[in-house]
Amino acid sequence: MPGHQRAKNVAYDDDDFYSGDDYYEDEEGGQNELSPEDQEQMRLGTIKVKEALDSTISVTDKQIEEALWNYYYNIGKSVTYLKNTFGPKQKSITEPQKTKTTTRFDQAASAASSTVTEMPSPLYAYEQMATATFSRTSASKGCADYPVPLPAFAPLDYESITATDFFFDVPWGNVPQERLGTISIQPLLPRGRLLGGSSRPSKLAALAAARKRKQEEAKIASAQPALSEAKSETDKAVSLLDRLNVKENDAAPTHSSDGGEAIRRESVAKRYPLKKRAPSPEVVETKVDEDESAGEQIPLPEFPDIRTGPSTFASTLCGRGGASADLDSGFASISPFPNSTGLLQAFKGPSPDDIVLNAQAKGTKPKSTQPKKTKGDKLAASMEKMAVEETPKVKSKNLDVIKEFEQSGMKPMANFVVIGHVDHGKSTLMGRLLFDLKVVDQRSVDKLRKEAETIGKSSFAFAWVMDQTSEERSRGVTVDIATNYFETSKTRFTILDAPGHQDFIPNMIAGASQADFAVLVIDASTNSFEAGLKGQTKEHALLVRSMGVQRLIVAVNKMDTVAWSQSRFNEISTQMTTFLTAASFSLKSLTFIPVAGLTGDNVTTPVQNPNAAWYAGGETLIDALDASEPAKRNIEKPLRLTISDVFRGGITNPVSISGRLDSGSLQIGDSVLCMPANESAVIKGLEVENEPVDWVVAGQIATLHLSDIDPVHLRLGDIVCDAKKPVKLVKEFTAKILAFEHVMPMGVDVFRGRLQAEGKVKTLLAVLNKGSGEVVKKKPRIVKPSEVARVCVQLERELPLEVGTRVVLREGGATVAAGLLEG
Amino acid sequence: MRLLKSQIDTKHGAGFVTLLPEEPEDMWHAYNLIQPSDLLRARAIRRVTKTSDSGSVASQRITLDLTIAVTSTDFDVGSGQLHVAGRVASENEHVKLGSHHTLDLELHRKFTIEKVGEGGGGWDSVALEMLREACETERRAELWAVVMGEGTANICLITEHQTILRQRVEVPVPRKRRGGVDGHDKGMEKFYSTTLATLLRHMDLGKESTAGAADKTVPLLLASPGFVAQAFLQYVKSEATRVGNKALMTLVPSILVAHSSSFHVHALKEVLASPAILSKLSDTKFARETVLMDKFTTLLRQDDGRAWYGPREVERAVEKGAVGRGGGVLMISNALFRAQNVTERRRWVGLVDQVKEVEGGEVRVLSSLHESGKRLEALGNVAAILTFPLEDIDEEDDETGEAPGGEDMVI
Repeated sequence: MPGHQRAKNVAYDDDDFYSGDDYYEDEEGGQNELSPEDQEQMRLGTIKVKEALDSTISVTDKQIEEALWNYYYNIGKSVTYLKNTFGPKQKSITEPQKTKTTTRFDQAASAASSTVTEMPSPLYAYEQMATATFSRTSASKGCADYPVPLPAFAPLDYESITATDFFFDVPWGNVPQERLGTISIQPLLPRGRLLGGSSRPSKLAALAAARKRKQEEAKIASAQPALSEAKSETDKAVSLLDRLNVKENDAAPTHSSDGGEAIRRESVAKRYPLKKRAPSPEVVETKVDEDESAGEQIPLPEFPDIRTGPSTFASTLCGRGGASADLDSGFASISPFPNSTGLLQAFKGPSPDDIVLNAQAKGTKPKSTQPKKTKGDKLAASMEKMAVEETPKVKSKNLDVIKEFEQSGMKPMANFVVIGHVDHGKSTLMGRLLFDLKVVDQRSVDKLRKEAETIGKSSFAFAWVMDQTSEERSRGVTVDIATNYFETSKTRFTILDAPGHQDFIPNMIAGASQADFAVLVIDASTNSFEAGLKGQTKEHALLVRSMGVQRLIVAVNKMDTVAWSQSRFNEISTQMTTFLTAASFSLKSLTFIPVAGLTGDNVTTPVQNPNAAWYAGGETLIDALDASEPAKRNIEKPLRLTISDVFRGGITNPVSISGRLDSGSLQIGDSVLCMPANESAVIKGLEVENEPVDWVVAGQIATLHLSDIDPVHLRLGDIVCDAKKPVKLVKEFTAKILAFEHVMPMGVDVFRGRLQAEGKVKTLLAVLNKGSGEVVKKKPRIVKPSEVARVCVQLERELPLEVGTRVVLREGGATVAAGLLEG
Repeated sequence: MRLLKSQIDTKHGAGFVTLLPEEPEDMWHAYNLIQPSDLLRARAIRRVTKTSDSGSVASQRITLDLTIAVTSTDFDVGSGQLHVAGRVASENEHVKLGSHHTLDLELHRKFTIEKVGEGGGGWDSVALEMLREACETERRAELWAVVMGEGTANICLITEHQTILRQRVEVPVPRKRRGGVDGHDKGMEKFYSTTLATLLRHMDLGKESTAGAADKTVPLLLASPGFVAQAFLQYVKSEATRVGNKALMTLVPSILVAHSSSFHVHALKEVLASPAILSKLSDTKFARETVLMDKFTTLLRQDDGRAWYGPREVERAVEKGAVGRGGGVLMISNALFRAQNVTERRRWVGLVDQVKEVEGGEVRVLSSLHESGKRLEALGNVAAILTFPLEDIDEEDDETGEAPGGEDMVI
């Protein structure tokens, strides 16, 4: 397009353009031809498109050119468009249209985003013209924002409709050929389908416009009972609306002159290609409406099928139940600029608003007034019933839990804690175990591996099965206990994956306090084992022992890094045996298993590595786990449960706690006492391993859904106990301790499971003989490491501690002592 | 604290001082200075009832200067208020001699302490030292510290002589659960916001009270096991930029992050002992005290007989001249000097004098409100580092059959 024309056209306003038909014609004359550049491009493009289209689709050069023009010489798009429109068309007429309905929006949307910047595009101008015709009168500047290059410009429609059919009832005169050519929008007709869904804003706007002009319209109607285009054309004084109608009718004949169609369209399109308009969806809608109204005139056979029914909103507006059955008048009333007959009819009756209002008045009022009373009574009555029903307490099934448990023949259960120094591979080993046992599926592991790779820690994939919080993942360390379940043929296991880092020993203690036995993971690689022995390998082992864990499986991990060296394994075994027996583990309760968590060797399946031939036939980790003896349960004793988590279990269970039953049993409906808050609660629901159950017994880690208690009374480490046999609160206690460090009168942290309290060693009462427990020295000045002593500990606040409870004393990040409460 | 007037007979220890408290910490000094049987003169508000000749009773609140003979003192650590109860010692037209009154000492309102000397305690060396310390006008270190863990934060104000737990924040944070980690994250978010809001509220209060030092920013110390402190610092930074809180943004550069092993207040001692913090705060009293206590416990662990604790043991060590020149240090909590019993106080003052004057050893009076003082309190409020090992002190103690713990109850 020549630059000067472009510049000239920029100045054009819609008003200018549409102010007179003369102008229209002039303009057209000047732009009838393509510029040389465009012609060249068109030529090249046509060739390319032809190449791209396979021979099955028969398309004329003109159609191709048209498509290219629409897509601004975008060959790909043109080809797609042509394929879409001409390909399926041969088979049926309705089908392609249907497909079009779906695609057009998408296309329009994508085109809007992609081509807006491309303007001025010929296509744009083309559409521009189409829209302008009706939106002009919509009294809104909306058309100025016409955005969407509508690609699916349906040549099919105008091909299938002959001009004579189309205009058989239109009484027009001899309109100049050129002008007839302008309205190439006719193909847009089927777009009326869109009405069904999304034309609300524009409809409303249209409605408003329509209402505004109601009077005017009525006048016009009376003045010109048979509104003809000739009349309106001559009469320049008629309203904008009328003018539009004229145009539209004007446009229609375009099709009668098939010959110059393409050129004409092109020329029209070129006429105002430079009008920059921001996107405005409203206009699209208006156009759609307009098309509909125009469409009424055309007896398209498939028309009713294509159209989706108007939205309920639309039908309400029109005040008709079956709007689709009588589309014509429905559309007429919606369309702001309907053709004369439709318009007249539409405004003869009550306005849509009136209809709606009337309908509302008829419909809702009697309903709402009369039955309201009876309903209200019913409602009140039902509310009363509800109120009665709301209060009932949780019903207890009054089960004999002990008997139930014996009868259930439940598989033996075991909880084990996984301990060891930081980065020795505890979480990874457990992740591998769960993966190999199909508890975690391949998909999640793949996902985790991908995520891990993105932050460059691909080896952490298995650990992430256990480490789920963002902090744990980004730092690569376990922070808190992770609980997981799996089942072997013999036993149901609960894994408590403890953090290895020194800072999180409180969490590890919490986990260890729930365990029946422990798996100690040791890194076999050089220096790691030695570092661990000084660090948490030692501390953890001592802690689990002092918390009453008897059996220990030592998993010598990362054997792959030392090439499954037997000597390394033996070296570690010997050293650890010496250390552990010194820590009063009995030799027969120790099991050493070489494993490789990352590769999965000897975890569930025996190791295949040729270097590991020396271990052929040896136990795998899972074998060792299975060999564990079920723990003894204190079912007969009164209930004790240490709260290890307080959380919101969901909308139905606002207060939920979880923890291991140290002793006793529980069933739904039981009333329990929470200490030290001394608040009672009722068990609303019970869960074990995320499955609802009716009862739980000692040894199980259960989730309790509570009612009748405020969560502020529940803290980690609190004890849930039998209301009849409550646990006593103590402020000061004596304990027999095994010192790991020097113990002197000092401030300490007292740990008991999740419970973590401030306290101080008040007095050192005596140093005892390790074996016999006899007093060796009274009132020592200091208790040295590995000595056994009796001390008096004073707490900051009263805590539920019972005789026989195992406590751990820590100070300054180190475990000072572990002991047994004596009273 | 400003010393307005003093008239002390150093020989007998009799005399008075007039003091003007200027900051909350001065109340703590006053608490340590005022002994039972002292005379305290301060402005008081008292309701006075008058019966006229006709028999009608008129009640009136009047402000007057009262002198009371102190019977007991009560110090509220949290709010820094000191209430001194006693009996009116000088009659005036409104109040009769001997009637009871409790004086509330207030900031910026002068009071006079008079010690009678001889029989009643007087201005002994310890009291004079305390007075000197109280009236030191040099810059006083002040530090806010937040010792935190998941869901718990202790907001403390550390001053030259006190560690005050201003507030404890507890927010329930759900632990990580299978499939539901967002509860944990949400809980932590809530915990951070609560902690920050509480902290800011307290720090603002602190700024008001130290009106003179409003321009200097008080350093803030964040300590926690694991990553909570770092995460909180991160939160503070993002919050400061998000809200555009200028005051908070100026605070950010003065935030120190340290590692502690637990979220309890007593974890502060390891924070203060850590090299990074110590290098910044080494000139402060609490840092020095912490270092000293650490040295003592290290010696105690070595168990070579050079570190002893407990009243009786330390007294014996001093008797034997083991706390003298060349490394002998006597550590004593100022709680002992607040003893209600005059003879008890004399005992400790005597011990201090002995070490200082006769033996030539070093005496450190630790504030019972600091962490170091609390550690010393656990050891019986008095401990000593000896110049030479002594082995048999507690053996003798065993023979006498007196429990060292029994003496702890003096305070």
